[in-house]
This record gives sequence, structure tokens and C-alpha cells, in this order.
Amino acid sequence: MSKHRVKNVGYDDEDYDDDGYDSPDPEEQEFLQQCTTAVVEQLRAGQPSVTASKEEIQDALWHYYNDVEKSVNYLRGKREKEMKKQQTTATTQKPKGQVPAYPAIDTRPMAHFSAADFFRDCPWLNVPLHRKSEILVEPLYPRLGLLGGAPEAAGKVSKLAALAAKRNKQKEGDKASAGGETPSTPQSEVSDAPPEPSKLSSLRERLAATSKPSKPSEGLAGLRRTEGKPATPESSIIKTPMSPEPDPDKAEAPPVVGAEDSKDRAPSEQAASDMRAPPSMFASAILGDFPGQTAAEPSHLHSNSVDLLQIYGQKPAEPYDFTDPSPDDVVLNAQNTAKGFKSQGAGPRAGAKKAQSDVTNGMNNLSVEEKVTVKSKNLDVLAEYNKSKRKKSANFVVIGHVDAGKSTLMGRLLADQGAIDQRTLEKYRKEAEKIGKGSFALAWVLDQGSEERARGVTIDIATNKFETNTTAFTIVDAPGHRDFVPNMIAGASQADFAVLVIDSNTGKFESGLRGQTKEHALLVRSMGVQKIVVAVNKMDTVQWAKERFDEIQQQISSFLTTAGFLARNISFVPCSGVLGDNISRRSEDPQSSWYTGPTLIEELETSEPYTHALDKPLRMTIGDVFRGGVQNPISISGRLDAGSLQVGDQILTMPSGESAAIRSIEVDGDTSDWAVAGQNVVLNLANIDPIHLRSGDVICRASSPIATITTFTAKVLAFEHLMPMLIDIHRGRLHVPGRISKLVASLDKASGAPIKKRPKIVGPGTVARIVVEMDQAVPLEAPTRIVLRSGGSTVAAGLLE
Amino acid sequence: MTEAVNPDNIVRGTQDATGSAATPAFFSHLIKKTRSVIYPTMRLVKNKIEHNGSGTVTLMPEEPEDMWHAYNLIRPGDLLRASAIRRITTTQDTGSTSSARVHLNLVIRVKNLDFDPQSSQLHVSGQIVNETAHTKVGQFHTLDLELNRNFTLEKEIGAQGEGVGWDSIAVEMLKDAVDEGGKRKAEAVAVIMQEGLAHICFIGQFQTILKQKVEMSVPRKRHGGGEHDKGINKFYKVTLDTLLRQMEFNTSITSGSNNEAVKPVLLASPGFVAAGFQKYIQAEASSTPALKRLLPSIVVVHSASGYTHSLSEVLQSPSVKTLLADTKYARETKLMDDFLDQLRKETNKATYGPREVEAAVDQGAVGRGGGVLIISNHLFRSQDVATRKRWVSLVDRVRDVEGGEVRILSSDHESGKRLEGLGGIAALLTFPIADEDLESDEEAADAD
Repeated sequence: MSKHRVKNVGYDDEDYDDDGYDSPDPEEQEFLQQCTTAVVEQLRAGQPSVTASKEEIQDALWHYYNDVEKSVNYLRGKREKEMKKQQTTATTQKPKGQVPAYPAIDTRPMAHFSAADFFRDCPWLNVPLHRKSEILVEPLYPRLGLLGGAPEAAGKVSKLAALAAKRNKQKEGDKASAGGETPSTPQSEVSDAPPEPSKLSSLRERLAATSKPSKPSEGLAGLRRTEGKPATPESSIIKTPMSPEPDPDKAEAPPVVGAEDSKDRAPSEQAASDMRAPPSMFASAILGDFPGQTAAEPSHLHSNSVDLLQIYGQKPAEPYDFTDPSPDDVVLNAQNTAKGFKSQGAGPRAGAKKAQSDVTNGMNNLSVEEKVTVKSKNLDVLAEYNKSKRKKSANFVVIGHVDAGKSTLMGRLLADQGAIDQRTLEKYRKEAEKIGKGSFALAWVLDQGSEERARGVTIDIATNKFETNTTAFTIVDAPGHRDFVPNMIAGASQADFAVLVIDSNTGKFESGLRGQTKEHALLVRSMGVQKIVVAVNKMDTVQWAKERFDEIQQQISSFLTTAGFLARNISFVPCSGVLGDNISRRSEDPQSSWYTGPTLIEELETSEPYTHALDKPLRMTIGDVFRGGVQNPISISGRLDAGSLQVGDQILTMPSGESAAIRSIEVDGDTSDWAVAGQNVVLNLANIDPIHLRSGDVICRASSPIATITTFTAKVLAFEHLMPMLIDIHRGRLHVPGRISKLVASLDKASGAPIKKRPKIVGPGTVARIVVEMDQAVPLEAPTRIVLRSGGSTVAAGLLE
Repeated sequence: MTEAVNPDNIVRGTQDATGSAATPAFFSHLIKKTRSVIYPTMRLVKNKIEHNGSGTVTLMPEEPEDMWHAYNLIRPGDLLRASAIRRITTTQDTGSTSSARVHLNLVIRVKNLDFDPQSSQLHVSGQIVNETAHTKVGQFHTLDLELNRNFTLEKEIGAQGEGVGWDSIAVEMLKDAVDEGGKRKAEAVAVIMQEGLAHICFIGQFQTILKQKVEMSVPRKRHGGGEHDKGINKFYKVTLDTLLRQMEFNTSITSGSNNEAVKPVLLASPGFVAAGFQKYIQAEASSTPALKRLLPSIVVVHSASGYTHSLSEVLQSPSVKTLLADTKYARETKLMDDFLDQLRKETNKATYGPREVEAAVDQGAVGRGGGVLIISNHLFRSQDVATRKRWVSLVDRVRDVEGGEVRILSSDHESGKRLEGLGGIAALLTFPIADEDLESDEEAADAD
């Protein structure tokens, strides 16, 4: 819109310029002549062959800053309208004759920019003849159309233009510059810029073909200069294709795109829809595949020239029937690539389509409220978001035997990464010393519970986060005590990979191996964790003895390998959590000089991004139900297992079957409007009584609720003897009692084929299919990883079938 | 604060069937100690059991658990005489009606039993067989057995053997019920806890009753939140209130002086929940003196989880063993553990499942020298006479012919539940039985 204003202003200014402008600058006139010729030719060549008076053409050219293509489109569109309407008003001036008659006064632009001026020039080139004969009708009306039509095109064009701009920075830059010039500068400037390269090239060729190249090469050269690309002589068709685009006036790329769109959308302008097919080429041209485009372009048939240059030049030109966005629009579009326009007709071209969808997706992201209702869209939105905003993120769980130093190690990690400030740390240290547990100060970062601190034992999982340059980590610190393995299972279910902490102390390592070291490792493996980093802790207490490290490494790696971890997914780091050696900084202890591998943090950063089931129906296991504060009386936390959700969504909690509304969402402690699978979130709910929410319940959508079941079949790996027995079933926070009611078969580990049907008992290390019954209905669905425990130890883990 | 308390009582136990038995001979040699405390037992008023197994018995239940015995003794088809109150509607000649509640002594042929273990109420329905002034033969009536009221149970053996009469199982069950050896032991109250979850159970001689389940969502620990501690405290409070109510523990100040015995209270949990609860009770006792009576009887033990099937672990812990000495429950638990151990060893000297055990008995593997037949009393509750006969004969055979031990486990104990998972019957064998035999047996079962 702004351009219109600018234009008008320009007109006023032009009043005085007119004389000097038109006459004095022979080059320009010459160029204008060329353009006019081109327009005529194209008009003729175009599907609905049309004629127009010279004045008309020149007027149009002026308005379009000598953009032949647009002018042609405009004129054609105008013709068609007229033909349909048979409106005489506009036609009055010039029936068919190209007579220098001046356009109607009504349109000021015309008046100022009288066709006559241009007409005078015509003789120069001898072009007029053709025009005269061919031009059929009046230009007057068109103007209005022009002005009106441009904005439309602009809107549409702008999107595409934006896309194009992104892809071709060069072009964009050029366009932008052009845009800047055109609106503000009076016609004089235009005169320099006006000759669009594309047109030029086409013109040249045509001229050459028609043996009209009487023009001084200077003009062309000058034009090209302005373009910014060294214009080779006319003969050099090859390079020109690219050069023409950069033209300031047309901001070629955008116009082209716009043209494409406009074609489809504005039927009135163009009679020939057939022509549209070619545009795709155009798009490709924008992208830079010049040769390919040329070959493919059918549209060029209309154009006489076969040369690449010509093709290129012509693309923008008439043969394609592009309705032209006004140059201003183009510029604007280029500048503000993403505005609320609808991409219209790029349908025929695949490329354009893509671009459009991208744009629309982008638009979605920009909008305040995303409409994430459709699952497929969610994916796109998420992808976009991840691209634009997020570092790669990774959740890891810290596991190991009790007192291996898990919490301290993580406290150190957080302190070193600045996730916890020095003052707090100092406070913890003092308090810890006060109760005689000075060495637990770091662990207090994670052990926030009063009982945990008093006893010096982690009881429940604690999550914390920190960021390195490359990755945003979420730590899940799990308890090591055997009584709290259920909590550890809950923690492990939130993890992408695991850090196994091992106490290298003499005797401690061995006892840990018998204790939870193995159980934890088996658990995380059976819950789907692939990668494990083994932190051999407390190396300072064994004087960084390499032999000790090697011994531990050997034992643990052999165990982990048998547990199903791939060797390349296991790594070992000797470190000291209390001192901070080899955590974030390399150990300076001379005794540890033998270790040259990565530090723990470096090892963590090697983790690869994990994919989550974003497009699946929403599933989230409630980890905690609490009061988030005065404003959020009911909050739940957990990790999204699958799907996505956003503020305002209605959710269903199972097994209670109650619905609730999401009032707000916090992702990793920051408010967000949406959340996707894999994120740790806090949901503040409304419209539900907390009595319906328990940790272990599952959040889903009413459209695809999770079923609650009382019996299921599972394929499990037995860690201990299985027989019909009472067990606890764990899945994340879900912890329910049940019993194995039937041993269906023991299975071959590799093939899964049944070895023995209805065994009496299943020994450790055997894979078996079992039926489990529960007393209460529980939200579970296949395939879910479950852990079966009995009498305080893990007896089996496996997959729901 | 988000909290969820489910005060609903949880009913457990099976509601169908009748008849159960224990083997007094077997028990008597196992039970070595008796408590000095006298506990009320079902009183045997009259015993007229004939040699052929038919006959009548008159009993007076005196405590709730007696109802459970009655539930196991009475089987469909038996004749039951008990007092009843029946509403009688009479129609006058004029057409006006009047109804009155009449106290009657009714005899019914039992059709169905309905036992509510939590309130220990037994409802027996059937058709009336004796004619009275107010009822006709064939009318239906449901007798509600009441404490301290006699009832008479008659079991018949028909000419065609359609009844089972007082078979060995029933006789032993009866002896168990009347507690001939005076072996009934103290009850205990167990609170099995984990964070946000508590099961309050009464452990009796023959059954474990889940009195109430306390469930509350306790906020997890969070950064900068004292919610967790608050939640835990609230949870303790609710649990204690519930526990006292269930124990009918009088906390009024005046009750501090009375010396009524307090049952042992077992607090069990993984981690520190039980210990925390004990501390909480101690803290409460300072403001509620009556609670001090409770403190000495509290025992804190470890359990793997807060669910009732952790009870077996609780009962096996040394501190509880000394406390409850030799309760049936503890023995049953021990027995099941032994059996499962044997099973784990994969020596083929243990087997479970109806067909497998029968096959083992046929081979003479459940005999003298270590053969033990473990059977759930649930099997004897079968409505089907033939089925009951099948199991009774198996028991008789093992005990009398083979010379093996027979242990009947109460299905209302945790160990009994474990056994039921195995099909309700299992056996420790004197010699290994090849797997192949079992397989073929299974195939036969499959063929069925």
C-alpha cells in the first residue's frame, strides 16, 4: 500500500521532471522504446493475443518501472476486462490507433507521464509500426486496475517472495535495494533502474532477431551496471540470465514469484491459464537452477528465443501470462517477506507449493496461538521450533549403588556449569557441616528433602537442568538405595541415556556390583536406554590408580555388554565428584595424568539427539501432583511420552476418566504455550478435582484415550525365577500390585520362538511370555516397557504385547 | 494441596462357596506353645456326628472370626437351623392385611452363602424345610448368623451319596474352629505403608483382613517446596486416625488408666516411611497421653512395598517372628517360601497345579519322608460335590495311605493367595519327577 502513496508523491514531483526526464535522457527513451517493443511482441505472442496502444504500453511501463512482463500482464488483463465489459469509457481515447492521443485526464499518472513522450521516442527504434497495427484498445482504465491490482498481487507475492528471498540471499539483497530506491526516488532514478535486466536480455535478443538492435549499447550497458552485474554485451546471453534478476526495479525474484501466484489467482488478468505451467521453471530459476529450468520451460515456446538468456528474460515476461504485482508491491514483499497474505495459485508447481507450505507453517509459528489441533501439523510446528529456538536437549538419569556419589557428582556438575550459584552452595556447605555431614554439601543441591538431608540418602528423584554450549541437559538424579528402586524406575523412564556412577573405593565397587549397580544398569537397559556413560567416581581415594580403573572398566564393560549395551555406547570416565576432577575440568592431579580421554561433560555432550513420538496420540504419565501456588491450585508434572499439547487443551486422565483443561504449561521451568513429547513439563490444570489425579495416572486425549486393563500379556526377560506369583508392576511412576497368572511359554532369545509351552518355572536370563493380572484397572497399552518386581528385587522386565 | 483419601473399605476374599477345613492332627503336632491369654472361641454346644459321617453339630460363635469358620463349615446342601426374624403378612377375612415380625426357628437347606470378611457377617440363604405356623416348606429365607446365638448344622450322607457329610476335612475344620488345643493366637495389626499409601490389615489366625486402605497423593520433593513434608505429615495424620478408629482405640484422657491389652502393631514400609510414622506417633503421644499405651506395642519392620503382598516379608522378619511366635500365618508363609525355594532350585522335587500334583501322588512322590501336600481351603469350597470329593480324597490318600503331610492353607492369608496363584495346590516331593511326565500331563490338559 505504501508504495501507492509513494507513487503518487512521485507523480507530483514528476511534474517538473517530466520534461527534462523524458526528452533529455535519450538512453532512457531508447530503453523505453525497447521495452515497448517487447511488450507489444509479448502481447501479441501471448495466448490471448492482445494489442495495446503505445501510450498504453508506455504508461504501463512507466508504472511498472519498465517491467515488461508486468506491463504485459497488466495490459492483457485490462484488455480482457474490457473485452468482457465492453466499457467504452476507457476506450474512448484510443480505439486501436496508437495515436499519440493523450490518455484521459482522469488518471493523473497518465497525464504526467504522457504516452506521447514515450511515443516520440518510438520512431527512433522504428518499433511503432508494429505497435500501431496491433494495438487494439485503450489504456485508461487499466491504470486504475494497475493500482488496484498491484496490491493484491503484492500480498500474494510477498510470501513467495519471502521464500525466494530466503533461498537466494543475493537476489534478495538486490531486490531490497531496488525496493528502497523505487518508492522513494522520482522517475529519474527509475529511468536508470527501469530497464530490467530480464527484459533487456529478452529485448536484446528479440531485437537482434528482428534486426532492430539499433540502440546504442551504452544504454544497455548502463542498465546492466545498475543491475550490479557486469553486463556482457548483448551477444553474451549466457550470463545475463542471472544478471537480469538483480534489477532494482523489479526485484526480479519477488516479481516473478508474484507473477506466478498472480497468474493463478487473477483469472481476469490472464485469459490463458495454460501458460501457467511454465512458472515452475521460474521458481526453479529463482533457486538457481538455471539450465534445468530452461530446458523444462514449456512457456518459452511463446517466446521466440531459445537461448537461456531469453528464456530467463522471458519468464518474467508475457509468455507466462503473469499478472504482475506492481513493483512497489514486489519490493514491499521482498522487504517484509512474511505478511499475512495468502499464497494463491502456486499450485501447479511443486516447488512453489513447498515454499508456500513452509511459509504457512512459519506463519503458524508466528501466530500467538498455535492451532496444534491436527497432529501432522504439530510435527511441523515442532520441527520449526526446534530449528529456530532450541538447542539439542538430552535427559539423562544418574544411577548406581547407594553412596556411589551420584548426587554429589551431579551437584558438582551443576555447580561447575553455573546452574547453582556459589552463595547457595556455601549455604549448603555450612548447614551440612553443622549436622556433621560436610561432604554432603554438593549432594544437597539435589537432595532437597529434609529427610534426605538428615539421612544423607537420596530418596526420590530430583530433576535439574543445565546448559552447555551445545546442549541443554536435564539431570534426573535417582536414588541408589534398594528400597527406592521404584523411584529410580520413575526417573529412568524420563531419561534418554544414563550415567552410571561407580564407587572405585576398595570393597565399595564390589559391594555395589552385587547391589544396585547391576540392577540399575539392567533396569535402564530394559527401559530402552541405549547409551551409558560410566563415571568411575572417587578416584581420588584410590590415588587415581590406573590399575583400579582398568579393573573396574573391564568388569563393568563385560557386564554391560552382556546386559545388552553395545560396546560403542559405553564409555568410561575416571573422576572425582567431591574434587571436581574430570567433571567439567580436566584433573590436575599428576597421578591422573594417564587419563587423556574426555571429561564427563565432554562425554555427555556426545549424546545424540533423541527422537520422540511427536505424532502419536498424547500420552503422559503423571509424575507428581502438587499445588503449584496460589494461582495454580492443581499442577501435575511429568514427561510427555508421546504427542503434544498446548494451553487450552482438554485432556483426559486415566483411569479416573475425568477431564481437565490445561491452564498453562511450563517446559523445563519456563512457561510455554505448548509442549511436545520428550519434554519435562508441568501442567497447571483447571476444572478437575485433585482427587482424580494420582501419580502414575496417564494423561491422554478424549479422542484417543488410553485403555485401562486388568490383565495383559507381556514378553519379559526374567532376572530371577518366575512362576505364578505376586508382583509389583512398574511403569514410570505407575506402581500397582498384580500377579503372574500364567507362564505361557519360554521363548528363544534370538528368534522369539517358543521353546517350551507352559513351563512350571522360568529361570533367570530366560525370555518368556507371561500373563499378568492386576487387581485394579490400570492404564497400560502396548508396546509399553514394564518392570516387574517382587519382594524388593527386580524379577523381570519386558514389553507389553 | 492435592490429596486423595479413599476411605472405602476394600473387600477382599472370595464370596462364593462354603466349607473349609483344617487338619487338627497336623496342627496339633506343630503347635508347641500356647498363650496364657484366653481367647474366646467358637463354642461347641452339641456334637452328634455319626460314624458314617452324617450328623449334626450345634455351635455358638463368640467372636467375628468364628463367622469365617462357619463360612467354611457350611456348604450348600447342608441343613442349617438357626433363629430368624421373619416378617409375616396375614390377610384377614375382611381383606385387610397386617404384617408382623415374628421370631422363628427355621431350618433351611443351604443354597448360597454370602460372607463379608470385613464386618464378619455371614448370610446363608436357602429353602425352608420345616413347617411352622408362619412359613411353608419351600419358601426361601436368608439366615443371618449372629454372634452368641446357637446354630445347628446338619450334614447328611444320602443313600446315593449325594451328600458328603462330615468328611475328614470338615471334621478337622470343626476342630480348628472350636480350637480344641487352645492354640489360637493373638492377632496383630499390620500397617503396610509406602509414601502416600497405607494398608491397615488385621492378621488373624485364619485370615488376614484388609480393614482399610489409605491412599493420598503426597507431593514429591521439588525445588524450594516444603510441600513434601507437609504432605507426608498429613498422610501420617490420616493414617493414624484411621488406624485408631479401626483398632477401636480409645484416645480419650480417661482411657489412659485402663489396662486393656493392645494388639501388636506392625509398621512396615520400604525406606523410612514406617519409621517416620512411628516418630509421628511418638510426637502425637506427647499431646495425646492415651497414645502412650500404643507405643510399646509398635514394631517397625521392613517391607518391599506398601501393598499387602509384602505381608509375607513382614511376617518373616525376625522381630515379628518373636512377637507372633508360631501363628498359623507365619507357618503358612514359611511353608510357601520353602516350597518356592525348592521350585527355584529346579530339582523337580516340587510341583504345582492340580494335574501335576495328582500325577505326583499317583507316583507315590508325596509320601513319607518329606512329601508335603499343600492345598488351599478354597478348593474345598467348591459348590460341586464331586470336586470337593476329589480334593478330600486326595488329602485323605496322602495323609492316610502315602504317609505324607498335608497342609491346608487359608486362602484368606497372603500365603494362601500365593498358593492360589499356583492353582491352589502344590506339593513337595520325596523324589524328583521328570519333567517329561509333567509335559505329557500338560498335553493331556491341553487336549482337554
